[in-house]
Amino acid sequence: MGIGIRIEELRKVYDTPPPSAAGRAGFSFTPMKSGAKSGPKKKFEIVALDGVSFEIRAGEVFGLLGPNGAGKSTAIGILTTRTRPTSGRAFIGDHDIWREQVSAKRLLGVVPQRPNLDFALTAREILVFHGAYFGQSAREREKHADELLEKFKLTDRATHMVRTFSGGMMQRLSIARAMMHNPEILFLDEPSAGLDPQTRLLLWEIVRDYNRLGKTIVLTTHYMDEADTLCDRLAIIDHGRIIAQGTPQELKSSIPGGYLLRLRFDRAPEELIAELRKLPGVTEVRTADHMAADVYADRGGPLIGPIVNAANAAGSELRDVHIAEPSLETLFLHHTGRSLRD
Amino acid sequence: MNWKTFLALLSRDGHVARRNLLPMLLQNLLQPLLFTFVFGRVMTSSGMLPASYKSLLLPGVMAISMVMAGVQAVAMPLIAEFQFTREIEDRLLAPIDIGWLAVAKIITGMIQAMFAGLVVIPAAWLLMGSGLKLDFGKPVEFAVVCLLVALFSSAGGLALGCSVGQTQIGLMFSLVLAPMLMFGCAYYPWSALSGFPILQIAVLFNPLVYASEGLRGALAPQFPHINTLLVIAALVAIDGLLLVLGLKKFESKAVS
Repeated sequence: MGIGIRIEELRKVYDTPPPSAAGRAGFSFTPMKSGAKSGPKKKFEIVALDGVSFEIRAGEVFGLLGPNGAGKSTAIGILTTRTRPTSGRAFIGDHDIWREQVSAKRLLGVVPQRPNLDFALTAREILVFHGAYFGQSAREREKHADELLEKFKLTDRATHMVRTFSGGMMQRLSIARAMMHNPEILFLDEPSAGLDPQTRLLLWEIVRDYNRLGKTIVLTTHYMDEADTLCDRLAIIDHGRIIAQGTPQELKSSIPGGYLLRLRFDRAPEELIAELRKLPGVTEVRTADHMAADVYADRGGPLIGPIVNAANAAGSELRDVHIAEPSLETLFLHHTGRSLRD
Repeated sequence: MNWKTFLALLSRDGHVARRNLLPMLLQNLLQPLLFTFVFGRVMTSSGMLPASYKSLLLPGVMAISMVMAGVQAVAMPLIAEFQFTREIEDRLLAPIDIGWLAVAKIITGMIQAMFAGLVVIPAAWLLMGSGLKLDFGKPVEFAVVCLLVALFSSAGGLALGCSVGQTQIGLMFSLVLAPMLMFGCAYYPWSALSGFPILQIAVLFNPLVYASEGLRGALAPQFPHINTLLVIAALVAIDGLLLVLGLKKFESKAVS
């Protein structure tokens, strides 16, 4: 039954810009140039992972959820031997991933954020050569390649060079390739980015099917619904740190009150905020400026009337209301003060 | 060492090289053969160069073909595979130490370099017409020099391919390869530079010099050439250096 992953205090600091293609497009770095000749040279440095520890259990679907540039792809890079950790350790089963790369590589399959198919080959050749790299016999790899092409609806394009493929086809072929050697752990780095809704559903189905065989799935996403429906457990990551982890249900129920009402007033004086705190069912009120307030409460709509009354009493006007039901989005907002898509 | 994986990586490169055989041949051989025709046939038959120049030129052209073929066979695909799309990633994830992937690339490059070099002999023979005097009396020396030249060209291709980006390919040709060809003692023997003492010493840093002089010593020993043992020693040193450099560059390019 499956193989798990253990990560201890992983830290990754880049001193040169990471390769763009590994999908770290979201980094908002500005390389510091060494200015005048006097003074010490400033080194380029980004902390992509900052002491991250977590465990992925054998046979589960585990999600890493976070905005662009949070460190998700770096984490996947380290777990798949493609990125050298600055410090800390990671294990696949009993194998130290960095020290026993070859044994680790046998156990894992990777679907990258952007398809990195071998453009010099046809679709079928990509699968067959991949099987060969993993030591499959000619017969075994031919058979398995044909099955996967069929499953991913690529049979009629099997002999075409992949550079002519559409984005969705490339993505499907990337997944087929990752499954070609039956890895115990399948990594998917933002698998549904750029997929149409139909292909996305197909992808989810394929992931669930593969998981049913007892395989461990690790995926990164910034889509809440994907994390919610697909993952058994989640870690929410931001600025290279894990800010929360648990099952989607646990995470959602950890939000104070559950509901989030985002309010905007023409002005929100202290007495109004104090009044809001006293309303029934309200557990927490946060305010950033003197215009807006985030109200965490155990109810949504029924609070609107009392809020309007409180605003009137304070001489303010309610301009805008957004009610968010308990969700991972509100959880993320609660922990970081910003929305996932900001 | 995982032989099955290593052979699969090699057979993938072989498969792609076979698919690109014709463009590869044109890319590597057209220019040296045109040069052979102009200088080995037109200039000699019109009497502007002596007929003996043909035999002096051929080892040089062979050296150029081998070096260009080896460098390009390794560097060009690597530059493409390491760029934005990271096509090489699938092979980096194959269950083998990643250094072996670089070794597989070097072996494919060596085979292509040897092939390009050996094609030159009959082709030049046809293009130059009569009067070509080659000596095949030292097959072992010839084979050793060929192997060492093929190795430094593909190891050099590995180092170049891992240091140059897609946008700098043009620069690589004009800044690295063009001076290397002109000062590679391919079109003249090293001794011909004796009137330019500084240049004569400076070109000794150019690996193509040893390729040209080594092949000249093996195929056309009637012309002045650097002692073959010295050539072999220099080639071994260059091979070692480029191999270490190339593998190191590959590793740092492959792992972020």
